[in-house]
Amino acid sequence: MSTPDLPLSPEDVAEIAAILDGTAYQRLDVTTARFRLRVARDGDGFTQEWTFGEDAAPAATVEAVATADTGPGVRAPLPGTFYRAPAPGAPPFVEPGATVGPDTVVGIIETMKLMNPVHAGAHGTIAEVLVDNATMVAKGTVLMRLDDTAP
Amino acid sequence: MIRRLFIANRGEIALRIIRTARAMGLVSVLGVSEADRHSLPALSADEVVVIGPAPSAQSYLDVGAVVAAARAGRADAVHPGYGFLSENAAFAQAVAAAGMIFVGPDLASLTAMGDKLMARTVGIAAGLPVVPGGEAADKAAARAQAAHTGYPLLLKAVSGGGGRGMKRVDAPDQLDAQIDMAMAEAQAAFGDPRVYVERFIARGRHVEVQVLGDGHEAIHLGTRDCSIQRRFQKLVEEAPAPAIPADKRAAIEVAAVNLARHLQYRGAGTVEFLVDAETFDFYFLEMNARIQVEHPVTEAITGVDLIEQQILIAGGARLSLRQGDIRPLGHAIEVRINAEDWRADFRPSPGRVTRAAWPVGPGIRIDTHIASGGEVPPYYDSLIGKLIVAAPTRAQAVALLARALDHLTIEGVDTTRDLHRAIVADPRFVTGGVDTRFFEGLAR
Repeated sequence: MSTPDLPLSPEDVAEIAAILDGTAYQRLDVTTARFRLRVARDGDGFTQEWTFGEDAAPAATVEAVATADTGPGVRAPLPGTFYRAPAPGAPPFVEPGATVGPDTVVGIIETMKLMNPVHAGAHGTIAEVLVDNATMVAKGTVLMRLDDTAP
Repeated sequence: MIRRLFIANRGEIALRIIRTARAMGLVSVLGVSEADRHSLPALSADEVVVIGPAPSAQSYLDVGAVVAAARAGRADAVHPGYGFLSENAAFAQAVAAAGMIFVGPDLASLTAMGDKLMARTVGIAAGLPVVPGGEAADKAAARAQAAHTGYPLLLKAVSGGGGRGMKRVDAPDQLDAQIDMAMAEAQAAFGDPRVYVERFIARGRHVEVQVLGDGHEAIHLGTRDCSIQRRFQKLVEEAPAPAIPADKRAAIEVAAVNLARHLQYRGAGTVEFLVDAETFDFYFLEMNARIQVEHPVTEAITGVDLIEQQILIAGGARLSLRQGDIRPLGHAIEVRINAEDWRADFRPSPGRVTRAAWPVGPGIRIDTHIASGGEVPPYYDSLIGKLIVAAPTRAQAVALLARALDHLTIEGVDTTRDLHRAIVADPRFVTGGVDTRFFEGLAR
């Protein structure tokens, strides 16, 4: 998995940009088995763009929870870990049967160390909670079914 | 003698440490989670050891797993980077117990500074001025302390750093809700729900001093200003702190060195102060006993490689630098490029970066682990890179920063680039010396 060295140091890349700057060339592409580097003129400056081996598969995979994607529901606004309560051991924000408005907080999603509130998004009644506490969810996962036919 | 350095971190700082390790002729052994197996630091390190599964609690924050990985990597020293276990005394102890060197201060310094309350007590003992406040272990204690301290106030994680779990409370009726969130975030980020209640100083600047110590001598490498923050997360940092009278700046630097001497501090550390934007009176806040995200701005104006100094000191060397050797030159500014949609309340934006074009040129430094095709996992913080510019004067640095931001393109995830374009165009920033309310007044 590891390679013996970084291909080029930041100083090397700065030097390439400086060399290009003294020429009429717009960009320089270097492609090897391990990496591709493009140093390109961009208006009054230069950019560097690196790409590494194609075998670098997507590292992070979020396991989406399979849920029926029908009817009005509360969806995960972003990927992360879904929590039903504000703190471990605390009562959940909402239980089935709870009446909610668009701004009612019905859960929390922890992403990148931040607690992000999940809002109900509409008026209605929580019909069913579809995702267990502390489950990793993908963006858009339906977390709760919302019954919006109530008066 | 350090020959094999284990890096117990990820992202840009892991790559940064690998670069210095290589320049020093050390073998770099990187500990990675399953999610980071194919990261750029993993491709760059001499050797890679998997610590554990993707969630931090089972990998980068798991003391036993990290120490086991370092031993498996036959390391003789462990560099913790910033965040994660970098200021965890139990981790430092476990590393030492396993017969390895912890690249960081002595246990006594970590313990003294690892907890904001103890830091405050030690600061007072070292003769430094402090802000009024006190600890709260639970809600009831927080209410009592808040009544005593007065509003507006700040809730901070006792074990925290870097602003995680920090909340501002303007009135008593907001206190309960904010305590819940602050304690939940403190628990999630640091495994310790205790919070600290502190008086909030409205027109304050966040100024910090970089120090180096070898247990005998201590020196400073000048100031950094980190006043541009949102919810106590730093967005922009510069060195030196602009628009502070020379005598006040010198007094702040002396106070920082006094604290380092008092602790007989060994390693690199940062002493943070709250500076009144009008009177320039200053209060000691805390000391970060580790390398900081914003260390490159100090490196840019002093020419000192701070990671190298950390490794040399950890290896038992005395400081080779004297105070007189430190002659800061010019001005440097760093902006943090985070994978966040700053127009949607800074919502995290993990995912695959389909294209990453970073600026390159004289006076520009990029510290990043993200290339085109790079992955930003949802498990960790959102920093994907730092753009650092340096120039002879602050005005030139600001102009260079504006140009460099024009040459930065990240596709596939949302970033804070355009936020920084708005900041660099703000007349208050161009003038310099803003207070921590800057962000609230930013035109968007």
